[in-house]
Amino acid sequence: MFAIRYWSIVILVVAAAVGFFLWTTTGTGGRFDFKLGLDLSGGTQLVYSTDTSKVAPADLPDALVALHQVIERRVNAFGVGEPLVQTEQGGALGTGEYRLVVELPGVTDVNEAVRRIGETPQLEFMLVRAGQENNLVDAEGNAIADSYETTGLTGTYLSKASLQFGNGGTGVQMPVVRVDFNSEGAELFGTITSANVGRLLAIFLDGKLISAPVIQDRITDGTAIISGNFTAEQARETVRNLNLGALPLPIALQSTQTVGASLGEEAVRAGLVAGIVGFIALAVFMILWYRLPGLVAVVSLFIYVLLMLAIFKLIPVVLTAAGLAGFILSIGLAVDANVLIAERLKEELAAGKKAQDAIREGFARAWLAIRDSNIAHIIAAVILFWFATSLIKGFALVFGLGVVVSMLTAITVSRTFMLALGLNEKSKLGRFLMLSGLRNK
Amino acid sequence: MNISKNLKYFFILPALLSVAAVAALAVWGLKPGIDLSGGSLMQVTYNGERPLVAQIQALAKPLELGEVRVQPADEASYIIRTKALSNEEHNNLLTVLGGLGSVTEDQFTTVGPIIGQELLQKAWIAIALVVLATILFIAFAFRGVSKPVASWKYGVVAIVTLLHDILLPTGLFAALGYFVGAEVDSLFIVALLTILGISINDTIVIFDRIRENLTRGDASGKNFEHIVDMSIRQTITRSVTTSLTVIIMLVALYFLGPEATKNFSLTLIVGMVAGTYSSIFLASPLLVVWQRWQKN
Repeated sequence: MFAIRYWSIVILVVAAAVGFFLWTTTGTGGRFDFKLGLDLSGGTQLVYSTDTSKVAPADLPDALVALHQVIERRVNAFGVGEPLVQTEQGGALGTGEYRLVVELPGVTDVNEAVRRIGETPQLEFMLVRAGQENNLVDAEGNAIADSYETTGLTGTYLSKASLQFGNGGTGVQMPVVRVDFNSEGAELFGTITSANVGRLLAIFLDGKLISAPVIQDRITDGTAIISGNFTAEQARETVRNLNLGALPLPIALQSTQTVGASLGEEAVRAGLVAGIVGFIALAVFMILWYRLPGLVAVVSLFIYVLLMLAIFKLIPVVLTAAGLAGFILSIGLAVDANVLIAERLKEELAAGKKAQDAIREGFARAWLAIRDSNIAHIIAAVILFWFATSLIKGFALVFGLGVVVSMLTAITVSRTFMLALGLNEKSKLGRFLMLSGLRNK
Repeated sequence: MNISKNLKYFFILPALLSVAAVAALAVWGLKPGIDLSGGSLMQVTYNGERPLVAQIQALAKPLELGEVRVQPADEASYIIRTKALSNEEHNNLLTVLGGLGSVTEDQFTTVGPIIGQELLQKAWIAIALVVLATILFIAFAFRGVSKPVASWKYGVVAIVTLLHDILLPTGLFAALGYFVGAEVDSLFIVALLTILGISINDTIVIFDRIRENLTRGDASGKNFEHIVDMSIRQTITRSVTTSLTVIIMLVALYFLGPEATKNFSLTLIVGMVAGTYSSIFLASPLLVVWQRWQKN
C-alpha cells in the first residue's frame, strides 16, 4: 500500500513538472514552443516535380541531393522562420517521379517565393565579337549585348568550382575562381579555345560581366581561371554560388498552397476551444457514469494530454489542422481503456472479489482487449501515415502516438491511482464509488 | 433481448441505410475535392461590400480559366474553384477580384492533375491494405477458435460490418455533394480509414467475448446463439460508452473546431455511430445466421 501511494505521488509530481515545462515554454518562440504547420501559422507550400530524364540513373541520387541543397540554400535566403525542403518520390507506390516539397512559413506572397526559388545563377562563357574589344560595357558598367556571341558553354557543364590564389599577371597573390568542367564541357571548351586563339572570352555570372581574358592557347584540361579582382570574400561567395547555384535538375511547379495568417490563427483558436469544451464534456460524463474510476480516468486523461503536448514539443511534431483533429479524437479514444477496466472491475466485484483484488484482476483481464484494439489502431495509423500528404501526415502521427501514450497512461497511471485510493468493498460508499451507471448493484 | 429471435429486425436498419447509400452513390456520385482531382481553390475576403457572384464570373470570363465556380462563405468571403491555375493565371484572377473592391486572399491552393490522380490511387491502395490487414489480424486473433464457427468467418463478418460502416458516411457525402456541394477530399479518405481502425475495435471486443464464453467450461451444452446473446449483453454498455466518449470529442470538434476539419469530423461521427450499431446488431447476428444456415 505504501509503495503504491508513493508511486502515485511520484506520478503527480512528474505530471506537475511536465505541466510546468509546458507552461513556461509555450508562446516563447523558443526551441520548445509548439511548431505550427502552414495551415495554422500561415505560409506557403510549393510542390515541384523534377525532370530526371536527362540524368543517368547512377547519378540520380547525387543530383537529387544537390538539387535539395540548392533549393534549401535559396529558401534559407528568404530569412523566414524554419523553412522546410523535402525530396520525396511520387507515384501511388512511391516509385514515380521525384518531387520537391518546399514549405515557407510566414510567406504568403507566392509570386515572390516562386520567383526566388526558380532563380538560377547563370555562369556563361561568351566570345567577344571581332572589333568590339574596347566596347564591352556601357557607361554604367552594364555589358553591351551586341558585343558578344554565345558559345553554348554554360554552368550546366560545370563539375565544380574552387577557390585559388594566383597572380593575375601582376605578381600579387589574388583570390581567383577555378572552374572545372565535366568531360563534355572540357571538350567544348577545348574546341572553343582552339578555334579562337587571340580573341577575348567573356565570363558572365548572372548576366554580369566578370572578366574577359584573352585566349592564349587551346585549353584541353577543362579548367578555367576566373580572375576578376575579387576580394577573398567575393571569390568565396562566387565559388559557393557556382557549386550550389545551378539547378542540377529542371523543376516545374506542380501545386501550391497558401494560407493567410488570420485564417490559421482562427483555426488554432477554434481547435483549442473544441478541445477544451470536448474534454470538459467528456470529464463530466465519465465522472457521472463511472464515479470514482471515472474520476481516476479523467485525472489520467489529463496526464495523457500533458504528456502528449510535451511530446509534441520534444520531437517536435508539426501541428496542423488535421493533427489537432487527430489529437482531439485521440482524447476520446484514450479513455477507451479506462472504460474497459471500469466495466471489468464491476464484474469482478459482482463475482465477490475484494476491492484491491478486483482492481488488479480487472486491469489484468482488460489488458487483452486493450492490446487488440490498440494493435488495430496502430495498423490504421501506419497505413494513414503512408497515404497522407505532408499536412495530413500530422493526423496519422498524432493518432499513432496517442494510441501508444494512452495505453501507457491507462494501464499504469489509472491502475496506480485506483489501488492507491485504498477502497473498501464492504463500506457502502466504497461500493457506490466503484460501480457505474444508474443502478447501484 | 433475444438476438436469435429478433434477427430480422436488426438487419432492417443497416440494410435500408446501405441501400440508400448505394443509391445515393449511384445517382449522385461523389464530388472529388481539388486535392484528388486537381484544380485550384481560392478563398478571398472583401473588406467592404462583397460584389455579386455574377460580377466576378463576368470579369473572370475574358481570362479563359474554364469554369469558375464562386461560392459565398461567411459574410464577406468567397470560395472560388477553377481548373489548376498557373501562377500567372492566379495573378490575373486576383487582379480582377481586386478591381471589385479591397480584397485579401485568405488561402490559395492549386493541385496539378497528376498529383491528384496519384493521391486517389493511393487512397484505393490504402483502403485495400487496411481491409487486408484487418482480415489477417482478426484471423490471427481468433486462430484458436474453430468451433462451431471457423476463425476466418469472424474475419469475413468483420469486413462486411466495416464496409457497412464506411458505406454510410460515403453515401451521406454523395447526398451532401448533391444538395450543398460538399466535396470529398483526402481528409475524407483519412476519416474513412480511421473509421475502419476504430470500428473494428468494437467488433473485436464482442467477438473476443464470444471467444471467451465459448472456451469457458460452463459454455458446454449451451448453443452458439445463446452464447452470442450472452456476449452481446455483457459488452453492450462498454461498446456504447467507448463510442460515446469518442463521439463527444468529435461533436465538439464539429461544432467548435476549425472550418478545415468540419467535414472530417462529420464523416467520423456518422462512421462511429454506424460502427457502434453494426458491431452490436450486425456483426454477431451475421455470425449466428451464417452458422444456422450452414447447419441446415
